[in-house]
Amino acid sequence: MTQKTIAATALSREIREHKRSVRETALETLKNIQTLDVSVGAFLTVLPEEELLAKADAIQKKIDDGTLTGPLAGVPVAVKDNICTKNLRTTCASKILETFVPPYSATAVEQLEAAGALIVGKTNMDEFAMGSTTETSAFLQTRNPWNLEHVPGGSSGGSCAAVAAKEVPLALGSDTGGSIRQPSAFCGVTGIKPTYGTVSRYGLIAYASSLDQIGPVAQNVSDCAALLEAIAGHDPKDATSLQRQDCQFSAACVQDVKGMKIGIPEAYLQEGLDEDIREAILKAADTFRALGAQVETFPLPLTEYAIPAYYLIASAEASSNLARFDGVKYGYRAPEGEGLHEMYKRSRSQGFGPEVKRRIMLGSFVLSAGYYDAYYLKALRTRALIRESYTKAFRTYDLLLAPAYPTTAPKLGVSLEDPLKMYLGDIHTVSVNLAGLPAISVPCGFDRQGLPIGMQLIGDAFAEKTLIRAAYTFEQAADVLAAAPAGKED
Amino acid sequence: MAETITLETIDYVSILAKLKLTPEETEQARGDMQKLLDYVEKLNELDTDGVEPMTHLFPYGNVFREDTVTNQEARTEMLANAPKTKDGQYLVPKTIE
Amino acid sequence: MRKQYETIIGLEVHVELATKTKIFCGCPTAFGGAPNTHTCPVCTGMPGALPVLNRQVVEFALAVGLAAHCGIHQYCRFDRKNYFYPDNPQNYQISQLYLPICHDGYVEIDTGSGPKKIRIHEIHMEEDAGKLIHDEWEDSSLVDYNRSGVPLLEIVSEPDMRSADEVVAYLEKLRKMIQYLGASDCKLQEGSMRADVNLSIREAGQTEFGTRTEMKNLNSFKAIRRAIENEQERQAELLEAGKPVIQETRRWDDNKEASRAMRSKEDAKDYRYFPDPDLPPVLIADEWIQKVKDRMPEFQEEKAARYVRDYQLSPYDAGLLTESRTIARIFEETAALSGKPKKAANWLTGETLRLLREKNMEPEALDFSPAHLAALIDLADSGTVNNQVAKKVFEKIFEDDVEPEAYVEAHGLKSVSDTGALEDAARKVLEANADAAEQYRQGKEKILGFLIGQLMRETKGQADPALAGEILKKLITLPPAE
Repeated sequence: MTQKTIAATALSREIREHKRSVRETALETLKNIQTLDVSVGAFLTVLPEEELLAKADAIQKKIDDGTLTGPLAGVPVAVKDNICTKNLRTTCASKILETFVPPYSATAVEQLEAAGALIVGKTNMDEFAMGSTTETSAFLQTRNPWNLEHVPGGSSGGSCAAVAAKEVPLALGSDTGGSIRQPSAFCGVTGIKPTYGTVSRYGLIAYASSLDQIGPVAQNVSDCAALLEAIAGHDPKDATSLQRQDCQFSAACVQDVKGMKIGIPEAYLQEGLDEDIREAILKAADTFRALGAQVETFPLPLTEYAIPAYYLIASAEASSNLARFDGVKYGYRAPEGEGLHEMYKRSRSQGFGPEVKRRIMLGSFVLSAGYYDAYYLKALRTRALIRESYTKAFRTYDLLLAPAYPTTAPKLGVSLEDPLKMYLGDIHTVSVNLAGLPAISVPCGFDRQGLPIGMQLIGDAFAEKTLIRAAYTFEQAADVLAAAPAGKED
Repeated sequence: MAETITLETIDYVSILAKLKLTPEETEQARGDMQKLLDYVEKLNELDTDGVEPMTHLFPYGNVFREDTVTNQEARTEMLANAPKTKDGQYLVPKTIE
Repeated sequence: MRKQYETIIGLEVHVELATKTKIFCGCPTAFGGAPNTHTCPVCTGMPGALPVLNRQVVEFALAVGLAAHCGIHQYCRFDRKNYFYPDNPQNYQISQLYLPICHDGYVEIDTGSGPKKIRIHEIHMEEDAGKLIHDEWEDSSLVDYNRSGVPLLEIVSEPDMRSADEVVAYLEKLRKMIQYLGASDCKLQEGSMRADVNLSIREAGQTEFGTRTEMKNLNSFKAIRRAIENEQERQAELLEAGKPVIQETRRWDDNKEASRAMRSKEDAKDYRYFPDPDLPPVLIADEWIQKVKDRMPEFQEEKAARYVRDYQLSPYDAGLLTESRTIARIFEETAALSGKPKKAANWLTGETLRLLREKNMEPEALDFSPAHLAALIDLADSGTVNNQVAKKVFEKIFEDDVEPEAYVEAHGLKSVSDTGALEDAARKVLEANADAAEQYRQGKEKILGFLIGQLMRETKGQADPALAGEILKKLITLPPAE
C-alpha cells in the first residue's frame, strides 16, 4: 500500500509551479492504480494510457498558456460509476448497464473538466448505489485499503477506497442515505454530502431523486472543499438545482471554532454504537471544546423514524427511476422469448441484482393502489417532521456532531445476509438526506482493530462553510491520520 | 399489525415491476417484504395528522426553460447504445394492439 | 319490447400544444423529421437525464383553462404515471394527477334545445409518447421518439353529454377556442387533437350511472359519431341480453366500423402515481393569471356578433369569416384598409374559401397580405380591372401574394376603357360577324351577348363588358360608313 501521492491542493501547486508536469502526474497515477488496484479493486474502468496522456497534454497546454489557474488543474480525479461520462463506460456496477457508454457527461463532470481536472476512471459501487458495503456490485469486490479483509463501505466504496489507497487524490461520490459519509468513515478519508440542490444531478443516474447528491471525497478537508467548489453551482438542466452565491468553500478552510455551538444528538450515542466509536466521538467533542467551541448533548426527536421513512421513500422513487432499464434503448436485453413483456421481465430479472430487485419490489408495492397513503404519504409526512426537528435544533446549534456509522468497516461477506440489519446501520446518515442537509465525514480515530473511525458534522441547509471551517479546524488540531496505528504502512 | 404479504401480492407486484421471479425468489421476496413492512409499521406510532407530505425540500419558485430549440440532431448518439435498431429506430418485440 | 336508454358521455381530449420545443427538453416539436432526429437524452429516457419545464406550456394551459372558465391550482405539481410500454422511454409518463393546473370549468355548446354547459372536470399538462410502427419483415415493432415529450393538454369533461351531436358540438367548440388562442392547431386527422370517449348507458329515468367503457383511436368527427352509435347499441344489446357491461378500454377500427377490447393481463391498471421529485411545483401568481386574461383574444361568437353589428354582415357570412382566426384577421385588416367591409367579406367567403377547398388547404396556411386584397378591391371598384380579371389577379395574390397594381400593369390586364381602341375592335368584330349584327338589327337582342363575348375575346378579356355592349349597340345602329 505504499504510495507517495500527495494531496490535491499541494499537487496542483507543484504543477502550476512547473515542478511536475500533468503528463508525469497522469503516468504516476496509472502506475499507482496498476500496482494498488489489484488488491483494492476500486476501479471498474480506467482510461487507456493514450487517451489519458492526450488529455493530460491538453490540460498542460492550458495551464501553460494561463487558461487554467485553479486548484484542480492537472489533478487526477476518479468518478463514481453512476455519474455519466461521455464516451466512457458508465455501469452503476450493474449487469443491466454493463455496456452503456453515455452520449453525454454529467454537469459535475463537465465542471471538473472545465476546472482542468484529469478524470482517470470510474469507481466501483453498490449496484445502483443500493448497499452499504460495495458488495452488491455486479462486477468487482472492492476492499478496504486499511485492511483488505474488510469492506470499504458503500455505496461510494470504490471512490473512498481509491482515495484512501492514494491511487488518486480526489474522487466524486454520491450520497443518497450515507453513501459518501459512511465509506469515507470506513476508509479514513473526508467526504461531503452537500445541501440538496448544491451540485447538479444532471447525469447522475438516479437512485432516489429527492435524496441523491453528488459530493467530493478527498484525503483532507481543504481538498474536499476545493473539489466541492468546482462542482457546486446552479445548473439550468436540473430543475432542483439551487441558485447559490455562497460557494467559495475553499475560503472557509480557516482554523476557528471559537464560540461555535455544537450539539450531539443523544440518541446517536445510545444502543448499538461501538464502544470505540463512542469514545472517539466524545474525544472529538473534547477537542472541539479545547478549541473554544461549546459542545453538549441534546435530545433530537424522531431519529428512530428516519430509517423506515427513508427506505419507503427511496424504494418508491427507485422503483420508478429504474423502470427505464428495459432492454429497449440501452443496456442489457435478454435473448428474446415470447413477446414484449417477456423481454422486459427477463432483461430486468437477469440484469438487476437481488438488492436492487428487493427495493424495486418494495417501492412498487408501497406505491400500488391502496397503499400509497398508508406508506408513501406517511413517509413524506414523517420526512416533514424530521426536517422540522432539525430546523429546531439549528436554532440552538451551529453544528451537530454524530458518528457516521454505528460500527467500523465489517468484514467482507457478512453484511448482505440480513438486509434489514444492513438498513438499520444507516441510522446516523439517512435523516440528513431526508432533511436535505449538508454533512461532512472526517476521520476522528481508530478502533482497536486499527480501522478508521469517522465522525459526522451536520449543518443546517446551506451551512457548508460552517461545516468546512469546523472540520478543517479539527483536522489541523487533531491530526488523526498521523496517529494511524501500526500496520497501516504509509 | 402490518399488511400480510401473500405470494399473490408478490406475483402482482412483480407484474407491476416487470420482474420474473422463480418460486424460490417469490418466497424469499415475500419474507423480505413482510419483514420490511413489519418494521416500517413503526411509523404508525407517529401522529402525522395535519402534516403536509414533503414532496420537495426547498421552495424553489418557478423553474422553467424558455421555448427555444437548443438541441441539435443526434440520432446516431441516441441510438448507439440500443441493443437492436432498424432504420434509425429502436427495434422491440412486437407490441400487440 | 326494448327499453329506452339514455347515453351518458364524457370526453378526455388530448391536444398537442403549438410550442416550438418539447415540454421538458429543447428538442423541436416540428413534424416530418426522419425517425429519432428530434431526440436527446431527456426525451429518450437516458439514465441521468432530467426534465425542465417549458414555460410556454404553462402559458398555453392557463390560457385554455381560463377560456374554459376553469379554476386554477396556483400551486400545481407534476406526477409520474408508471407503466411499461416502449413508446414511453422512461416507462413513466410525466403528467398531473393530484394537482392539475386547471379544474372545474365549462364550455357552452348549442344544442337543438338551446345552449348547454358541458362541465370540465380538469385540464392537466403532460408529455406525449413516441410512435410505434409494426415491422412486417421482422415481426417486430419500431420506436420513434420524435413525438416523445411533445407537450399535451388533457381536457377531461364531466359526463355531461347525451348524444353524438353534443359531443361533436363540444369538440368543435374546444377546437375553435384553442385555435383562437393559438395553443394548438387541433387537427383530428393528424392527431394534434385526440378524443377518448367514455360512454355508458342507463335506462331512461334512472339516476345512477351505468358501467362505462373508454373508446380510443377516434381520428375524425365521423369516426366519433360512428363509434358512439356503435357503442351505445353494443351496450344496449348486452343489457337487453341480461349481460353486464365490462369496464374496459376499447379500440375503434374505422375500417371495420367496430370496436374491440384492448386487454392484456400484463396491463394491470395500477399506475402508482406519485409526485415527480425532479420537477418543483409550479406557482401561478394572481398577476400571471391576470396577464393571461388580458391577452385573451376575442373568440368566435363575440367576433361574429361584432361583424354583424359593425359591418352589417349577415350572420351567415360573419360565421364563415370567424370560422378561422386567420381569415378573421385578414378580413378585419382588409376592411380597414379598403373601407369596404362587404367587398372584403365577399372575397374571403367566396373566392378564398373556394380556393382553399380546391387546393385542400387549411385557412391557417393563408399568408397573403390584406393590403394586396384591399388594393385589388380598389382596382375592381374603379373599373380598372373587370370582374373576370380581378378573380385571376386574386388567385395570384392567394398563391404568391403579388402586388395587384404592379401585376395588372406588367401583364397588361387593365380594362380597355379607351373608347377609340374599343370601337376599333368592335368594328372588327362586327365585320367578322355581319350576320349576327344583322340579326340584332332585326330585333334579336339576345345576340348582343354573343357579340360582347367576341369583343371580349378580341380584347383578351380586358374590355369592360358594360362599355363593350354600349359601343356595339351604337355601332350596329349607326348607318354604314361611306
